Amino acid sequence: MSNPNTSSSGESHGSVSSYLIGFVLAVILTVLSFGVVMSHSLAPTGTLAVLSVLALVQVLVHLHYFLHMGSGSEARWNNIAFVFTVAFVSILIVGTVFIMANTSINMMSR
Amino acid sequence: MAQNTTVPTAGHDEHHPESTVVFGFWVYLMTDCIIFGSLFATFAVLRNQFNGGPTPHELFEFGGLGLETALLLLSSITYGFGMIAAHKTQISQVILWLGVTFLLGLGFVGLEVREFAHMIADGAGPDRSAFLSAFFTLVSTHGLHVTCGLIWIVTLMVQLMGTTEIPERMMNKLTCLSLFWHFLDIVWICVFTYVYLASMI
Repeated sequence: MSNPNTSSSGESHGSVSSYLIGFVLAVILTVLSFGVVMSHSLAPTGTLAVLSVLALVQVLVHLHYFLHMGSGSEARWNNIAFVFTVAFVSILIVGTVFIMANTSINMMSR
Repeated sequence: MAQNTTVPTAGHDEHHPESTVVFGFWVYLMTDCIIFGSLFATFAVLRNQFNGGPTPHELFEFGGLGLETALLLLSSITYGFGMIAAHKTQISQVILWLGVTFLLGLGFVGLEVREFAHMIADGAGPDRSAFLSAFFTLVSTHGLHVTCGLIWIVTLMVQLMGTTEIPERMMNKLTCLSLFWHFLDIVWICVFTYVYLASMI
């Protein structure tokens, strides 16, 4: 498995309709994100939770329709690199926020 | 795998050296992802450290943010149309769509620069508070990436002019830029969600 098949001939490159579907979904999700904040219809924590879900879904939409990430064997190494990065970045962000919040509580700076 | 027959020199030899180019670029994007992850983590920690300075509610407005988001989202799909044209070897179409993408991207950068200029003129520059330092670092790193993407688009447009076919090498360049451009769009989703909207709740 030392040769990831990622040449342009191996990429699935989408069609006009798949780009349009992705675009419409992205627009809907973006409008919902803005709407949920502008309407003030939810409590702050609820709004943040809804925003996070909308952002996650939109990132997945972009990955699928625009970056054409797939589960095929030709995309194997791309996916491995991606999963590693997601894990790395998650630990980085969650760890940083956790440690710094903990520090500021113990230092009574908040 | 077998559907792309527009590149006469490509073949389907998986041991072709060019086949690693796009993967290599993907790995670069993943490292870029870690840079942005670090900047997001920094912003998350510093987002409430105003030091008596302006808060997001006073600084951010929905109108400009919505326009910037719309431009970047549109540029993503116009680049996609350019890629579809490239796979059909319609070079004038590719150049046209790249041009449209360039203008949309330029509009985005222009709006962002204008926003920054207003903020700095109002005394809300990166030196005002930790929140603003983190904000400017994160958002301008993204803006700098978009600017590099714009230079890259122009470069490819010039290289495509006057040619009649798209060799595999050129196709790889277009594919890498496609990944880069769509990746920046994903980063922007996180920026407008967590930097702007989450601060305006």
